[in-house]
Amino acid sequence: MSSRRSRSRQSGGSRPITDDQINDLVSKLQQLLPEIRERRSDKVSAATVLQETCNYIRSLHREVDDLSERLSGLLESSDTAQAAIIRNLLMQ
Amino acid sequence: MASTLMISNPVTNSDRSRKKKKKKTQAKDHHDQDHIKWKSEAQQQIYSSKLLQALSQVRLSSPPPSLPPPSSSTSSASVSAPPRGRAVREAADRVLAVAAKGRTRWSRAILTNRLKLKFQKKHKRQRVVATVTGTNRSSLSRKPKVSVLRLKGKGLPAVQKKVRFLGRLVPGCRKQPLPVILEETTDYIAALEMQIRAMTALADRLSGAGSSSAPPS
Repeated sequence: MSSRRSRSRQSGGSRPITDDQINDLVSKLQQLLPEIRERRSDKVSAATVLQETCNYIRSLHREVDDLSERLSGLLESSDTAQAAIIRNLLMQ
Repeated sequence: MASTLMISNPVTNSDRSRKKKKKKTQAKDHHDQDHIKWKSEAQQQIYSSKLLQALSQVRLSSPPPSLPPPSSSTSSASVSAPPRGRAVREAADRVLAVAAKGRTRWSRAILTNRLKLKFQKKHKRQRVVATVTGTNRSSLSRKPKVSVLRLKGKGLPAVQKKVRFLGRLVPGCRKQPLPVILEETTDYIAALEMQIRAMTALADRLSGAGSSSAPPS
């Protein structure tokens, strides 16, 4: 019952989504993107920000995949892995 | 009668406004905490140590590949070399989701997806077909929504398309409305950056350890 009330409140409060809210979120996103920060132009449209965000997330995914491939190759040899684990525990 | 109505209304309005204010301030605090959280050194160290433990478990659980033919299907071979990168990726994502402490949708989606895949490996193909049909249906139902949103400012179909695409990239945000997707994206990007920093440091440490320490075999 209480969950229903909270759900209705949330949907009732967020349905009239103001443009300002969306602009705030998009500008927050814009500050996270490294490319747009370097351009320093205030005329960046929302569509550009979103496109850059998609590209950035895809490049981050690719980087994570490459790193995980690299880590999987490094972890093949048990000696390096155990040494790294022990070293890691000691360093903390 | 009108006076009684006037008296009763402000009470409820003030309550609602108080609760709304509380929610807003809490939301702002959460946002700030989340962004600071992903950039802190402590968080990165916690993540990398947990990741290392998880990776050692991954390595121990999968025995060395004794199957010579590499043409075996990936669904059966969870042990051969190429999917090990994927296993590392999945472990890294899982630890990242745990580090998020369940406050964000994408973290919860990652954790529930892992559980689903574990228990429903046989029905994986059926689930893929179901999601394809599901997206087709949802794309058909999107058209009237776009025409309604054109009345609003940011309801441009280009922006809507991009946001939907973004929603597909971020786990767990396919059916979410626009502001939710944008919020989740900001946190997700910060988390991914931290993940990359931690994994890079880990890989450097491992490769450094390999070159410096000679195995006494």
